[in-house]
Amino acid sequence: MDETAPGRRPRLATIWLDGCSGCHMSLLDIDERLLELAGRADIVYGCLVDAKEFPLDVDVTLVEGAVSSEEDLRKVLEVRERTRVLVALGDCAVTSNVPGMRNPFGPKPLLERAYIENVTINPGIPTEGLPALLPESLPVHAWAPVDVFVTGCPPSADRIFEVISGLLDGQLPEVGQVSRFG
Amino acid sequence: MSEVRTLVIDGRDVAANSDQTLLSVARENGIAIPTLCHLEGLTDIGACRLCMVELEGSKKLLPACVTQVQEGMRVVTSSERLLEYRRRVIEMFFLERNHVCAVCVANNSCELQSAARALSLTHFELAPLHPDVAVDATHERFVLDQNRCILCGRCVRVCDEIEGAHVWDIRGRGANARLVSDMGTPWGESTTCTSCGKCVQVCPTGALFEKGRSVAEPKARRPYVPYLVGHHRRA
Repeated sequence: MDETAPGRRPRLATIWLDGCSGCHMSLLDIDERLLELAGRADIVYGCLVDAKEFPLDVDVTLVEGAVSSEEDLRKVLEVRERTRVLVALGDCAVTSNVPGMRNPFGPKPLLERAYIENVTINPGIPTEGLPALLPESLPVHAWAPVDVFVTGCPPSADRIFEVISGLLDGQLPEVGQVSRFG
Repeated sequence: MSEVRTLVIDGRDVAANSDQTLLSVARENGIAIPTLCHLEGLTDIGACRLCMVELEGSKKLLPACVTQVQEGMRVVTSSERLLEYRRRVIEMFFLERNHVCAVCVANNSCELQSAARALSLTHFELAPLHPDVAVDATHERFVLDQNRCILCGRCVRVCDEIEGAHVWDIRGRGANARLVSDMGTPWGESTTCTSCGKCVQVCPTGALFEKGRSVAEPKARRPYVPYLVGHHRRA
């Protein structure tokens, strides 16, 4: 990894947009190799880190999930600006996958189904405290350039470890024939 | 009457019968050309465009499955140009309908999914269409999910040529083309369908499947394809 200052450890982050957290679970499934990663890089942001703001100057960020809401979009643009190598991790980030299943009919019928048709108390679409849905749920690269695509629902733990350790070694991994959609 | 022809495929001299296609000669000689609409035993229609090859002296690419051999042809079945072309074909199949591998009944036994992997397709550059298309679950035993259909026409041909029922047709053109049963009546009301299940067996994706196969048990069972069509038309 290209280090800007001597002795500076690579800075690794993860972020969770519209996904089921399965890709993060698969990341945890690298088991004892987490210690190896922790020895080689600083994990500076993500579900596993108590940090409120996405930090500046991150070397590698793994993005789980599709871009479905205004908040997802704000995050993904900020993350792109502050990250050297952006990895779309898993099918939701790469194709919009399950979140994208609403795209043929749009967000309104989806919200009505969830908050009006299927409830037994206080029907009504919430307007406060929830970010507005975008008209379509789209993959990360529809909004921001992506450097590495890792398909899979979820990608296997081995694949995720290979990608991260390859990137820490300064290599863009070839993942086409070893991972697949689904 | 069939005569011997000699030609060159990927730099190798091969001999063929004059009534053979480039695809069958290539495969006889262990040269792999990817296909989706081709199925041994059914008439080839050149629908999926995955088997396109280069012919020396021609600017056009040719579909190997419907191109008859000719004396002295020099054919290339794999090049950067062809690989790129095939990737774009697969990409457009994915984007023209709603293919969600993770929750598809055909996950792990899908020829579209395998083709994407074989061609190292990691993402799509074009914008998806996300069409609002129908699922026909009116048949007692089977389902047609238009979200997964790639219009390969295998079901149309197996029903017509092997079962002799001709339930299926493709109606409309371009991105509006749809697989229809009995000229557009719901499958469950079809008076021609024999419920033999051949269409379900030959479907390369999750467009036609048996009821009761949830996401939790996504393995397609197609053990009968070789018996149904494999040697039928060679006799």
